[in-house]
Amino acid sequence: MTNTSTAEPLNYLNHKTGLWSWLTSTDHKRIGLLYMYTITIFFCVAAILGLLMRIEKIAPGPTIMSAQTYNGMFTIHGIIMIFIVVIPGLAAVFGNIFLPIMIGAKDVAFPKLNLFSWYVYITGACLGLYSQFANGHSPDTGWTFYVPYSAEASSNVVIALTAAFVLGFASILTGLNFIVTIHRMRAPGMTWFRMPLFPWSLYATAWIQILATPIIGITLLMVIAERTFHIGFFDPALGGDPVLYQHLFWIYSHPAVYVMILPAMGVVTEIFPTFSQKPVFGYVPIVFSSMAIALVGYFVWGHHMFTSGISYESRWFFSFLTFIVAIPSAIKVFNWLSTMYGGSVDLKPPLLYAISFIFLFTIGGFTGLTLGSLATNIQLHNTDFVVAHFHYIIFGGMGFGFFAGIHYWFPKIYGRMYNFRWANIAWGFLFVGFNLLYFPLFVIGIQGMPRRYFDYDPKFQTGEVLSTIGAFILIIGLIGMISNLVYHAKRGAKAPANPWHGVTLEWQIPSPPPHENFDEIPVITHDPYVFEHPNTK
Amino acid sequence: MNTLFNEGSNLAGAVDRAFIFIFTIAILFTVAITALMIYILIHFSRKRNKHPQQFSGNTKLEIIWTVIPLIIVLAMFYFGWVGFAPMRQVPADAMQVKVIGRMWRWEFDYGNGKISNELVVPYQRNVKLNLVSVDVNHSLFIPAFRVKEDVIPGYNNFLWFRPVMKGTFDIYCTEYCGLAHSGMLAKAIVLDSLDFKKWLADLKVTGNLPDHPGLAIIKANACLTCHSLDGSKIIGPSFKGLYGRKSTVVTDAGEKEIETTDDYIKRSITDPNAEIVKGFNKGLMQSYKDKISAEDLDKIVDYFKTAVEKK
Repeated sequence: MTNTSTAEPLNYLNHKTGLWSWLTSTDHKRIGLLYMYTITIFFCVAAILGLLMRIEKIAPGPTIMSAQTYNGMFTIHGIIMIFIVVIPGLAAVFGNIFLPIMIGAKDVAFPKLNLFSWYVYITGACLGLYSQFANGHSPDTGWTFYVPYSAEASSNVVIALTAAFVLGFASILTGLNFIVTIHRMRAPGMTWFRMPLFPWSLYATAWIQILATPIIGITLLMVIAERTFHIGFFDPALGGDPVLYQHLFWIYSHPAVYVMILPAMGVVTEIFPTFSQKPVFGYVPIVFSSMAIALVGYFVWGHHMFTSGISYESRWFFSFLTFIVAIPSAIKVFNWLSTMYGGSVDLKPPLLYAISFIFLFTIGGFTGLTLGSLATNIQLHNTDFVVAHFHYIIFGGMGFGFFAGIHYWFPKIYGRMYNFRWANIAWGFLFVGFNLLYFPLFVIGIQGMPRRYFDYDPKFQTGEVLSTIGAFILIIGLIGMISNLVYHAKRGAKAPANPWHGVTLEWQIPSPPPHENFDEIPVITHDPYVFEHPNTK
Repeated sequence: MNTLFNEGSNLAGAVDRAFIFIFTIAILFTVAITALMIYILIHFSRKRNKHPQQFSGNTKLEIIWTVIPLIIVLAMFYFGWVGFAPMRQVPADAMQVKVIGRMWRWEFDYGNGKISNELVVPYQRNVKLNLVSVDVNHSLFIPAFRVKEDVIPGYNNFLWFRPVMKGTFDIYCTEYCGLAHSGMLAKAIVLDSLDFKKWLADLKVTGNLPDHPGLAIIKANACLTCHSLDGSKIIGPSFKGLYGRKSTVVTDAGEKEIETTDDYIKRSITDPNAEIVKGFNKGLMQSYKDKISAEDLDKIVDYFKTAVEKK
């Protein structure tokens, strides 16, 4: 470390000040934080909508809202969470802040494009909000916009579709930026297989973003054209084919699940070696499993359509491939466990969140297998079981992966440390609340409780009430976690440059990092996860 | 009485076997992974283990934990496939019921205008449901039978089952279809064969009867452009009360009285200008001799004889 004076040294947070310096910054770290703040705000809004829906369902029949309000609420909850929070999520926040640092670069390949992407994203996000509050009904189609309903519904569907379309462009541009950055800007000596695994996961993710996202863009435009100019693509009343829409939608939206989960896998892959002080077990298998997920993930979309009337042959074919895509995820779990095995394991908050990720992701993965299996899918499709499954994957996986990441990199980002006890208690509420919220939905889903139901049969009430209680506990945990982080971002104890004894490049520079990351571009001479000191300590 | 444990149809057993197989393995693995994780956290905690080992991979282990899960998931795929395959093979003798999905109710059409709001089926009889939608996507789900298939406009989707349990079971719509989606419910009622027959016989005719085959031919040949069904005079005489009607007709040989029966009807179609009812003009109707077969002529006569209002 070059700068050890007691006055606050210049870093990316304080070298310029004022709102304008943030809104015009092309520094990847500042852009990452811009994403984080907007995503956090939208996440809180959508989480509150989720809580309101849970309160509504504490009893059968109308409780606090009308059916139309409920239908609009689960739609906007889905649109915000999927398109505004989870898809950009980890890649846009931690990818932006840490990808260049971890590969030894001063910034991404196209810094201005990076800032532009954020403005595109903000435009899309604002359109999404506008669709909720503009004249007429808020959209009530579900985030899947299934035609013909979305072609006929009288609500603000076109604005919501435009929002998703615009957000897609932000995703494509970020993916493009990351691919070029990884190809062209790795530090001297950093061969592909000396690159840390979080950048690898971003690389796999970025390919999905740029190859799959245009398909949803075209598809959403087709729905807009259908609604506006009555061109029959999907609506049978206009001579279109409603199942074609489902194909096009899921060709994007299934790979999009891997856009959500792959970076989270990358984050925990960084955390396990650091908190075990031991190299990653199976570096190469983890790399190839990421790429395999990205590749095979393209060919399993049909499992969202097992009951849509697609041919018998395509049903078993998609089921078969769905089981194949489970294997790379299993390989990752075994490698993570083996990374910790034999290490010197320090159960600090980041690791606590990371092992919760494994637990929740395992449950999400196995319940996914019952959805991939043809016979059981027939029973479970479009029930609350599916809702529970994808919340275990997306919230339990991507969400807890994000929480693990923010607790891991917080001292690097802000140069301050949060309160460990506070973080652990918040984790307890989150973990218990999460499982109480979503696990009962598995049970009532198997019993036949359909999803997107405003009203329900009283025989499902026990599960619904437990779930609502879980939602309150989860919200308490979220408030606890966020307030711990917000409070300590400025007031926490000063964090050293390398509080966890990590070995990747971000831990070799001061906290917070200087504006251009490195005074001198490092030269890489060895594998990314070499822990030299522990045996001599 | 409607939980997972009601195996209400012949298909349920295989579905539940797939469930049990997958869930058993899932629970075993989840418990094992969690136990191993807790063991690692305790046994290799920093307090106990200050000197981490530095190994970083093992090809043999990688192969083992690739191949074994592969075999397991292929077995899961197999059970799922075996449980599913019969769902697509409808027995030829299946009773057919047309299911109409509309926002936001189900209609079950048993033919001949007999439409019910509940799905009533005979015990131990194969039933095929033909699924049609008149508006947006719906999905017919009977949890106790383990069957579900989307009801999509423009598509002729289907499902089938054989009820093996008597009773009343829930039917849900499981494809979001707008405001009252969660109110789009019905019941599946399984009755003894005799009770079912009685129920069907008592079911009131509410739908439109399909056309008499003779009327279908009449419509297909656009006869109704000139001949009304309601007694009004268009260009030719009305069909109302045609059969047995006594009329005065004009022939080349002069006027005569006839009674409208089989022969006269057929002759009027094949040689319309031979005997014109008095008061109508000659030469306006062409012969349908080559256009309507003898067999179809019989159907038309049968229609006039049996189905048209007499007076």
